[in-house]
Amino acid sequence: MNNYQLKKRLRKSGLGAKASRRIGNTAVYIVLILITVIWLFPLFGLVLESFRVEATSQQSYLWPKKFGWDNYVRLFTKTDFPIWFKNTAIMGIATAVLQTFFVLCMSYVLSRLRFKGRKGLMNIMLILGMFPGFLTMILIYKVFSDLGLTMQNAPIGLIIVYCASSGMGYYVSKGFFDTIPKSLDEAARVDGATRWQVFYKVIMPLSKPIIIYTVLMGFMNPWGDFMMASYIIHENSAGMNVAVGVYEWLSKTMVNSNYTMFCAAGVVVAVPVTAVFLMLQKYYVEGVTGGAVKG
Amino acid sequence: MKRLNDLEYLKLNRLQAFLYKLKLFFCAIPGFFKGIGLAILNFFKNCGLAIKNEFKDIFTTFTKGNWAVKLSFFIFGFGNLYYGQIMRGLLFLLFEVVFIGYMLLPSGGIYWLSKGNWFQTGATVGTVQGGFQYDPIFDVDYWVGGDDSVKVLLYGLLTIIFIIAFIYTWRLQVKQCRICMDITAKGKRVRSGKDDLKSLLDDQFHKTLLALPITGILVFTVLPIIYMVLIAFTSYDAAHDGYANLFSWVGLENFNEMFNFGKGGLGLAFGEILSWTLMWAFFATFTNYFLGMFVAIMINKKGIKIKKFWRTVLVMTIAVPQFVSLLYVSKLFDSSGIIGKLLINWNLLPQSMVDANQMSLWQNPLTARILVIVINIWVGIPHIMLMATGILMNIPQDLYESSRIDGANTIQQYTKITLPYMMFVMGPYLLTSFVNNLNNFNVIYLLTNNSPLLNTQIGSAGGVSVSHTDLLITWLYKMTLNSAETKYYLASIIGILVFVVVAVLSLIVYNVIPSTKNEEDYR
Repeated sequence: MNNYQLKKRLRKSGLGAKASRRIGNTAVYIVLILITVIWLFPLFGLVLESFRVEATSQQSYLWPKKFGWDNYVRLFTKTDFPIWFKNTAIMGIATAVLQTFFVLCMSYVLSRLRFKGRKGLMNIMLILGMFPGFLTMILIYKVFSDLGLTMQNAPIGLIIVYCASSGMGYYVSKGFFDTIPKSLDEAARVDGATRWQVFYKVIMPLSKPIIIYTVLMGFMNPWGDFMMASYIIHENSAGMNVAVGVYEWLSKTMVNSNYTMFCAAGVVVAVPVTAVFLMLQKYYVEGVTGGAVKG
Repeated sequence: MKRLNDLEYLKLNRLQAFLYKLKLFFCAIPGFFKGIGLAILNFFKNCGLAIKNEFKDIFTTFTKGNWAVKLSFFIFGFGNLYYGQIMRGLLFLLFEVVFIGYMLLPSGGIYWLSKGNWFQTGATVGTVQGGFQYDPIFDVDYWVGGDDSVKVLLYGLLTIIFIIAFIYTWRLQVKQCRICMDITAKGKRVRSGKDDLKSLLDDQFHKTLLALPITGILVFTVLPIIYMVLIAFTSYDAAHDGYANLFSWVGLENFNEMFNFGKGGLGLAFGEILSWTLMWAFFATFTNYFLGMFVAIMINKKGIKIKKFWRTVLVMTIAVPQFVSLLYVSKLFDSSGIIGKLLINWNLLPQSMVDANQMSLWQNPLTARILVIVINIWVGIPHIMLMATGILMNIPQDLYESSRIDGANTIQQYTKITLPYMMFVMGPYLLTSFVNNLNNFNVIYLLTNNSPLLNTQIGSAGGVSVSHTDLLITWLYKMTLNSAETKYYLASIIGILVFVVVAVLSLIVYNVIPSTKNEEDYR
């Protein structure tokens, strides 16, 4: 029964439009509450299980019988987790800075400057983007291992890998720059500003949202990356990021003794990252919607 | 075929209209390929013309130029120096000296090029095979290093790139010399080094900004991709790692291996994995798209309170790093996980699965596949929801009001206003998201790799065991990771095939979607 028929029937039974909307809204609320439960259940589960003391393996109940900090203590004293966390944090900050620089340069040029070969450049990058990025890792790993940028030095190697080609991900910020009126540039140019002055005195002050968006994306990237990281790190514990380090704990042989510790590690990683993200949520939403609408 | 005009088209009933459109689509296919063919032909024609013009130009430059221009054909930057562009002249000269020096060094360009045996099927990459030699004095075998194929190929490729750069620079400086000559003949002043530096912040500003990002892309994307495409024509694998054992050029043999559809051939594995990859990308994209939009519409419905709260709840899955959430969820559905145990205890698993001793949803091909798609909804809806929220606010409200006056109900409004509008705006995004899903390593690998469900039908596909949920990208990953069984040449071919799939899809979609628009329109 669709809404229209519902309304008709409600009218017959003497209920007004207001009442029918109330029923509709109640249905929506029920669905939304259901969604909330589904969406938050794994996250709550993660937190709860990280405090479980009585058993380190997977259990069929959610609520721990005994709460305690044991898993966290073990995490920070008995494992390499502090090293992994430090590695990832360094990578996150470095990537955030460098990637933002690369992406802003690229997107600004492609959006606001016109020069010979601009279309060609964009087409080439589009075509390059169709290759799976992981393909490049085989050669990069060979070269990096000769240069000593893998294994325990993997964080440095990974920062280079994350940032070097990041100019190809210019789409979202180009979409943003496209929306700033061109007349601003022209006015500044008429007043005698060079292109450099237009860039950093006129456009950059207006670009706070997209700068924050790019920084956020750069910061999040190393926390979630598994594929590239595992390849460059090559099972060397001193160079691991959290994703690769913790992944091992869930293998068949280790899961029974490490499951709750994995939960604790998850919480330790998720809390700061999530906090940063939720704090800057506004800019993320602006970036995502802006970029999508403008392509 | 006969095209109907608008009036005739409107007279058709639904089925006829659908069939008509279907017919139109198929009739357009030959035209589409003809268009591509023509475009390629035109491209080569234009290239030919451009090259012809270049040669003509070089010839006239040489015949009409004065002695300084003529000399700069051999000494880089001579003309620039002659006309007073000291900085440019010196840079060009330096480039030439470095190039010639590099090429002639004992282990320089010519050395590396000569070692490559380029594209000679059967010949090794590198000429000297390393090996153990017996030392009678100490009574031990010791390793005598030979060539390293990996390096021979890499340095050879770099040398070729260097040569291309050399030719380009040569052409550039000859052109500049001629321009200098023309300018001086008119009695004007040529640009000085100071002007050049200044212009880098002004009318050449794009060069300054692009220098670093483009260098990064050239070194870390273009070079490795060209290299890996070359690898597809060699026998580079664990047994021929280039150092202990040289690898060789094999021509198209690897492609034959890949497309061998006989029993036990790789073609079967490839077909199976490709079809699941496409299936996965399709379902992952469209379930997310429609459900995400649905959720966005619900949250933005008039009269719903605490909109921000609902949004934040959903955004949580974007905020939490994927390896935490995905690994945890993967374990939830495991046979000893909370939900997995629940299914067993409440006898919710289908009898056929219990009979086959498949005690969790990950253990059955069909349920595992459905489960990754469902969990991907959990991961993916928030992105679409955020985007759709932005777009929904842009839809003019009077459209809804006038349609309501005309008697449209909510569902009609949705299918006739909201959906077309969204489709139009989000068309390009759908393509990107489809491509991202084709290469969605994280969701598949983190969810399923801890409880792999090996696909016994296709056996060991290229030395690695493939599960029912593996995508091309995870297959590629597995092929390069396990060091005893790596087959880089197969990995390279898979990479190329992914490229082909994505390129074909993009071509089709860009020709179908209406919003292939002029980017200047948004100003």
